[in-house]
Amino acid sequence: MYIYDDIDQRMVDERVAQFRDQTRRFLDGKLSEDEFRALRLRNGLYIQRYAPMLRIAIPYGLLSSRQLRKLAEIARRYDRGYGHFSTRQNLQLNWPKLEEVPEILAELATVQMHAIQTSGNCVRNVTTDHFAGIAPDEIFDSFVWCELIRQWSTFNAEFSYLPRKFKIAVNGALNDRAATYVHDIGLHAVERDGETGFKVIVGGGLGRTPLVGQVIREFLPWQHLLTYLDAILRVYNRFGRRDNIHKARIKILLKEWGLPRFQEAVEAEWTHLKGGPATLQAEDIERVETRFTRPVYEKPDPRPVPYSSPAFDAWRKRNVHPHKVAGYCAVTLSLKKTGVPPGDVTSEQMEAIARLTELYSFGELRVSHEQNLILADVRQDELPDLWREAKALGLATPNVGLLTNIIACPGGDFCALANAKSIPVAQAIQERFGDLDYLHDIGEIDINISGCMNACGHHHVGHIGILGVDKHGEEWYQVEIGGNQGEVRPGVKAGLGKVLGPSFARVEVPDVVEKLIECYLERRDSDAERFIDVVHRLGVEPFKEKVYANAHQRPAGRSREPAVA
Amino acid sequence: MPMLIKGRQVVAENPPSPEAAVLRIEPTDDPAAFADRLAGAARVEVHFPKFGDGRGFSLGRLLRERYGYNGELRAVGHLTRDHLLYLERCGFDAFELRAGEDASEALAGFEVFSARYQR
Repeated sequence: MYIYDDIDQRMVDERVAQFRDQTRRFLDGKLSEDEFRALRLRNGLYIQRYAPMLRIAIPYGLLSSRQLRKLAEIARRYDRGYGHFSTRQNLQLNWPKLEEVPEILAELATVQMHAIQTSGNCVRNVTTDHFAGIAPDEIFDSFVWCELIRQWSTFNAEFSYLPRKFKIAVNGALNDRAATYVHDIGLHAVERDGETGFKVIVGGGLGRTPLVGQVIREFLPWQHLLTYLDAILRVYNRFGRRDNIHKARIKILLKEWGLPRFQEAVEAEWTHLKGGPATLQAEDIERVETRFTRPVYEKPDPRPVPYSSPAFDAWRKRNVHPHKVAGYCAVTLSLKKTGVPPGDVTSEQMEAIARLTELYSFGELRVSHEQNLILADVRQDELPDLWREAKALGLATPNVGLLTNIIACPGGDFCALANAKSIPVAQAIQERFGDLDYLHDIGEIDINISGCMNACGHHHVGHIGILGVDKHGEEWYQVEIGGNQGEVRPGVKAGLGKVLGPSFARVEVPDVVEKLIECYLERRDSDAERFIDVVHRLGVEPFKEKVYANAHQRPAGRSREPAVA
Repeated sequence: MPMLIKGRQVVAENPPSPEAAVLRIEPTDDPAAFADRLAGAARVEVHFPKFGDGRGFSLGRLLRERYGYNGELRAVGHLTRDHLLYLERCGFDAFELRAGEDASEALAGFEVFSARYQR
């Protein structure tokens, strides 16, 4: 965990006071709706379909048991006793009261938490690989760099009123588990001739204009990280479009200018900033590094634990991950149990999870962008005990990487932007694929669902992506396949899915998924060839044929669901 | 009436003499185009046309840090006390806030944060 120093604490405390004052001025009529909107959003507060929604920051997904207990308490006291972990490693409360939000922020500040810049047109919560610091394929630990970026971006005077939101992801390992190619800026760890640095990727993003990012710099030595970010942000702040909200992301500027012109503008800006006051020194890194608590590992027996049962083995196969320290592993607590909205946790579960982290993983956990929770430092010989406890809490669904580990946004059940619901679609698919042996036979596949084209459920990078669309006030679903968020095979970078064809009614979606899976199973050349590999090898055509075959035989008045169920 | 703040004080201003050179910079302007006129300017105004339009923050820094302007740099437009500290950090030393700001409260905008992360 990063432990706040006096300045960190003062900043969040002062932020609470500032927002309390802004809320009061709004309620007194001294700030207009529009002005308050811009101010409340940068404190994570949305006005939603049924109530406000508060998005609490979990910087780079790292959380202590103490913080989780506080979140449980807040959810119980100010909300309806549950929270929703989002794809940006944040926690959302769906039913807070506007007048009570300053109180909630004050409660958060007591455990070194906040909702700073979790929304609004500013630099958002920086995200990273959920196995940072423990992955066997790690190049360097991304947490320190994430924290430096958090500090640089927090209340950054120049970049607080950007054309649009701005998302940065850092990946410290060989495999990209942070979806860096679909962020405004993606940073990849690189070691070159013994020197530490970053590959810099710009202009990726999902939303209504999905684009894969482009490499603007192959190697940026670490000292220059912040001055280079300043240069990119300054070019974006000055020249990014502000006339149309849908064309305001940096990806559109990059697309309109083309990489060479954009790159030239950034490099020209950087020549003035390079070596300036924001240049990082070894002391800066050390100052942040020393504020991170690190686990003190024991020397457990490195041999696999002798315990075995079919259920335990299935869980170990899917939910237990390698660790760079012998005798340790990382464990995913699945928030994807069938019948529960993906990413939702109750206060009781939060408290139970806090206890598990204290017993089994140094009192810390991570939130993954797949909306699961991860205990990163578990002794292998304690796996059977942890499994029994997690199972009793309904958190041991052995489905990580499998079809039922669906990513979904809150959708039309909660969100004012949504065209369609996401959660019932996720549940219908999970119910259809209830047989565990079949799931394991299908193997690795990501299904991502978004309730609208803002793409909070990352549907463009799902192997199967499902998008809710509005047709004359009715909910329909477009299906795409072949997207992937990281490197699926060496050399195959993140890619966007292709739309299969006309959209479907909600009740049809599980059938469509089933047909896609049948098509894959018929055509894979071995168990080792995954769904995504087959789509890459054969293209979308065979899948399209399978799904739309017999479509003409459908009765004319095909089943439709009303927009509001 | 917009409220003018200078030297962290609310001030009243007499209209400038007609010959005083006031440069006004719009968000789309290139500050380099003003570089040779900065030295003779009585003041430079940077316009913030909307509450959320942050281009002027970059322009302020550029005028100070790159073009070496050290006279009065005034932020004008749709600004409230919520912008004051950030504007000051970007080099502004005069601020015209939108009408309706409470003069007794507005100056607190400079004191919101007692520290900063950026250098």
